[in-house]
Amino acid sequence: MAKRIGIEVSLAIADAAKLADVDVVAAYPITPQTHIVEHLAELVANGELDAQYIPVESEHSAMSACLGASAVGARTFTATAGQGLELMHEVLYVASSMRLPVVMTVVNRALSAPLSVWGDHSDVMAVRDTGWIQIFVENGQEAIDNVLCAFRIAEDEKVLLPVMVHLDGFHLSHMIEPIYMPEQSEVDQFIPPYKYPLPLNPDKPVTMGAFAPPIIYSETKMAQEINLRASKKVILQCWSEFGSRFKRHYSPVESYHSEDAKVLLLTMGSFSETAMTTIDRMRKEGREVGLIKLRLWRPFPFKEIRQAVKDAEVLIVLDRALSFGGPGGPVCSEIKAALYNEDKKPKVVSFVGGLGGRDITADGFEEIINRGIEISQTGSEQEFEMFGVRE
Amino acid sequence: MTKPESEITWKDLEIGSIVIEPGNANQYRTGDWRSQRPIFNSNKCIKCGICQLFCPEGCVEQNAEGYFEANLFYCKGCGICARECWTQAITMVDEEE
Repeated sequence: MAKRIGIEVSLAIADAAKLADVDVVAAYPITPQTHIVEHLAELVANGELDAQYIPVESEHSAMSACLGASAVGARTFTATAGQGLELMHEVLYVASSMRLPVVMTVVNRALSAPLSVWGDHSDVMAVRDTGWIQIFVENGQEAIDNVLCAFRIAEDEKVLLPVMVHLDGFHLSHMIEPIYMPEQSEVDQFIPPYKYPLPLNPDKPVTMGAFAPPIIYSETKMAQEINLRASKKVILQCWSEFGSRFKRHYSPVESYHSEDAKVLLLTMGSFSETAMTTIDRMRKEGREVGLIKLRLWRPFPFKEIRQAVKDAEVLIVLDRALSFGGPGGPVCSEIKAALYNEDKKPKVVSFVGGLGGRDITADGFEEIINRGIEISQTGSEQEFEMFGVRE
Repeated sequence: MTKPESEITWKDLEIGSIVIEPGNANQYRTGDWRSQRPIFNSNKCIKCGICQLFCPEGCVEQNAEGYFEANLFYCKGCGICARECWTQAITMVDEEE
């Protein structure tokens, strides 16, 4: 039976990678991801984890080393944050295009300049289109559960795609939380051994990452797109089996008191926990409000989102990133796109907030909801409103 | 690959577009980059083979009569053979089709 222990979320993630029995970790330390890879280095150095830990000179090299490891058939893990994720950028596309199931936790951090080590989602949004499966978690338990699920999803022979598990820097990564760590035997049963169908092998040579002339490039991209969309079925199966084994349940879009709610708030990541407190409070006051939490960012859960919000009158989306000069929050613009052709849909209001580690309190979410309702009635000339900015 | 490139659908591709057939780069028609083609004049040719030695594509071959000619499936029309030919037996002419 799993034990519930008090542990820093970053350390628990490293322990989850150990439970998954990773073969190779190639990583470069960067705040606020550092504790994850430090602890993994420690586990390898102490002989507690039989793996290769490759200390590299940059995140670009970290991801490149992960590709090579994954291509020979090694279970591969890494973690990064903010600027580190940006330095990996071009290699991220190679991982997904070459169908290499690397698992990476991204400890979400704001991008420079000005330099900020604190959390927001600007790093995530910059890698939105890299072809990775992307999952958001709210708390430590969800983080380790989804790291375990990530290996099983990524390495499934029908998927073979890399997976990012996103967790908020500091707000989540550095918290000490009570977490059920599964037993080794439970994890061994849950994650089958990784077997890449066409590994790099001198006895049976293959060419990976060859060039594609115009006559074939479109076909390669179509195959990749179909594959990423189809991965949703496996993700759902994985969460469903995880639920029956471990009694903790996950789905692409999760709702909190949303059934009869006229007004819905939509969040991603750890801020959802605070938002739930706000919903509880406003419900007690008789307000018909609810919360939608977007867990699966890629492949985007169109059907589930449409289903979750169709009966609401107002949908208020909080983004923790900005699309400069664009439609405001990147999540909101995707939600709007998903709803545009629907006959029955709520009015959508975009807020950007919680940038660079700025907290949003339960009172703050109440303000956002009230202001969102006001904007839905009066309309606004702005594409979005920035919450809490001093004017 | 069993099919020519122009007939391969996205469903035919291996995982991650991995190439499992060694040496299949020889199916790549580099000749379609060409804007000029080399014309070999056998009256001037002294069969020295300098054109074959210099061809960066390795597409110049000697025929049964000992004269040289370019394999136009691969010849990119770079003109190096014409430039190097000691007797100016090779002329580059524009592709007009």
